[in-house]
Amino acid sequence: MNKRTLIFIAVALLAACALPLVVSNYRVFQFTLVLVYAIALLGLNLLTGYNGQISLGHGAFYAIGAYCAAILMDKFGVPYWATLLAAGALCLVVGFLFGLPALRLEGLYLALATFALGVSMPQLLKYHHLEKWTGGVQGVVIVKPNPPFGLPLNPDQWLYYFTLAVMIVMFVFAWNLLRGRVGRALIAIRDHHTAAEAMGVNTALYKSLTFGVSAMYTGIAGALGAIAIQFVAPDSFNIFLSITFLVGIVIGGLASIPGAIYGALFIQFVPNIADEISKAAPWAIFGIFLLGFVYVMPFGVAGAIRLLMARIARKAKNGPHTAGAPMAGKTQDSSHTAG
Amino acid sequence: MKRTFAPVTLIVAAALAASPVLAQKKYDPGASDKEIKIGNINPYSGPASAYGTIGKSIGAYFKKINDDGGVNGRKINYISYDDGYSPPKAVEMARKLVEQDEVLLIFQPLGTPSNSAIQKYMNAKKVPQLFVATGATKWNDPKNFPWTMGWQPNYQTEGYIYAQHILKNTPNAKIGVLYQNDDYGKDYLKGFKDGLGAKTNMIVKEVSYEVTDPTVDSQMVQLQSSGADTFFNITTPKFAAMAIRKAYDSGWKPAHYLNNVSASPGSVLVPAGLDKSVGLISTQYLKDPTDKAWANDPAVLDWNAFMKKYYPDGNLADASNFYGWAVAQTLVQVLKQSGDNLTRENVMKQAASLKDFVLSAALPGIKINTSATDFAPFESVQLIRFDGKQWVRFGEVMGK
Repeated sequence: MNKRTLIFIAVALLAACALPLVVSNYRVFQFTLVLVYAIALLGLNLLTGYNGQISLGHGAFYAIGAYCAAILMDKFGVPYWATLLAAGALCLVVGFLFGLPALRLEGLYLALATFALGVSMPQLLKYHHLEKWTGGVQGVVIVKPNPPFGLPLNPDQWLYYFTLAVMIVMFVFAWNLLRGRVGRALIAIRDHHTAAEAMGVNTALYKSLTFGVSAMYTGIAGALGAIAIQFVAPDSFNIFLSITFLVGIVIGGLASIPGAIYGALFIQFVPNIADEISKAAPWAIFGIFLLGFVYVMPFGVAGAIRLLMARIARKAKNGPHTAGAPMAGKTQDSSHTAG
Repeated sequence: MKRTFAPVTLIVAAALAASPVLAQKKYDPGASDKEIKIGNINPYSGPASAYGTIGKSIGAYFKKINDDGGVNGRKINYISYDDGYSPPKAVEMARKLVEQDEVLLIFQPLGTPSNSAIQKYMNAKKVPQLFVATGATKWNDPKNFPWTMGWQPNYQTEGYIYAQHILKNTPNAKIGVLYQNDDYGKDYLKGFKDGLGAKTNMIVKEVSYEVTDPTVDSQMVQLQSSGADTFFNITTPKFAAMAIRKAYDSGWKPAHYLNNVSASPGSVLVPAGLDKSVGLISTQYLKDPTDKAWANDPAVLDWNAFMKKYYPDGNLADASNFYGWAVAQTLVQVLKQSGDNLTRENVMKQAASLKDFVLSAALPGIKINTSATDFAPFESVQLIRFDGKQWVRFGEVMGK
């Protein structure tokens, strides 16, 4: 990590910490959801972006995490922070187990298998033998946690800081995981399965573990989401949620850690903008946004920013020499785009 | 790590929009000398988007009210958001309406899941969640949720009324009940049993089905073999059609009560077979604008003129548009009654003080009544019987 990146991260963190103090509670709540989605998207990105396995069912893990938190809080009086650990552990196991048979499936077939998980989840949650815990169609209402130690914050602000802290931990963990041996193995499996195996990578183990870790991230996000929304119901976790997650990682940038944040901002705010533009066809407007993003930023927001930064850095370096020679600059740009 | 987080801050900053508006001293937030801000949440997208037209027809009616000079001189500023029938989105939109737009109240949020999701928040914030668009009975709970109120006759009321009718006309009936095994089905069943009171032993057989079941044939066989001669059919449209057909084809032919949820001729009776539906008994509370009997009724004529001028794209055959028009009038009445005291508390108080309020859209004899302990505006319905072509009203208006 170079010095400039560290400064950027520090500034971004400071801005994130200052945010709840300057905006309304409603905005704080929205940004809490952004942080929640960012964790979920990072989980999916581990699986899809880094390991090349497509999942259309991550909404199901989000739901499991959410219900785990809600049931533990509502029926067993477990403190909210402890439910995150339970939700993460449960989803890790479920994800790993689901990943084992799913290993035999490649590409689109895996997508279909996970799709099946995603579509069935809302109905499973309505299953009447589970009703005494899940509340059936009615769902479960939970209480919003108050700030501890008499901190001078309101519950929205506290939940935002709590979620931010969890997100930072999760991001650092992912970054640590991905920058070393494990990360290289994941990417090698994605890029050339056979070659990775020939290099001695245990692809079966890595793939199911990735599935488990990915599900764990999404499950923790689900638990945080449930605490922020204060309500879970089967209708909250339909298949569209899974597809939204996939949209989020592609828009944010595949195989990019900060991409999860950009993607989260997109899935949180763009549907609202679309709704404000047209009540008659909000999804058509959303579609136009989506097309626009895909067309203008083919590598996601993270990819576009990377290109932009690289260009600025080079301009700064070559500044004095090329400033007066636009032709030279142009050649450089086009060569870069080609690369 | 080469990628940077820096642009996140820019996006965050850009995502922040206008700051909240300051409220006037005399009123609660959302009300002033000039306007009354009314929030609404509707599924304009998603699985229930067919209901989105309710939000639009309400908006069209408020526009008409504003063109006619507003309510007590104040214009209605109607802000309606899409929740796509998703509870988390409903929470977000409710918070946006209350905290950012600072509406006086949220009117007609649609769907039981969405309303369940926001109920606690609305009551904690003490903002009216007024005339919600769902038939569940739990919205009538002024003790625990004094800021939430329903509107349409709830499931328990309807079940209660069928029970009353059976007690009056066939006191020796043996009743079989088929119900959907969820909160909706149980709500109806509870009302029905409350209506039977001490005589719940008239129910000789009670069977349920799951929404995921392919058919209800085996349940119908059980009911028939129980010796029941009266059938209360608590099912959603697909299963209602199956049950009606099976009850006829098997030769059972009981006295058949069908819940209002599945009273639609188009989606239930036609698939079941109109000849097999003769004699079905159900309920109504609003006029059916497509029914020829009401073709020259002043309310339906009014509505047609309104639709033509203010909502020309709206479908005249869609009962939801009629419903939206009707429920919006109820709110306007409450606002009129509130006069210049436009606090949330007073609006709720006025909503709970509707006395024999007659809505022209409602069937003759059906009035809205509320009190501090009764948050169920419509509590009476009209029984109707299917004659093979259409529903025909019979008997008196019945109430709880």
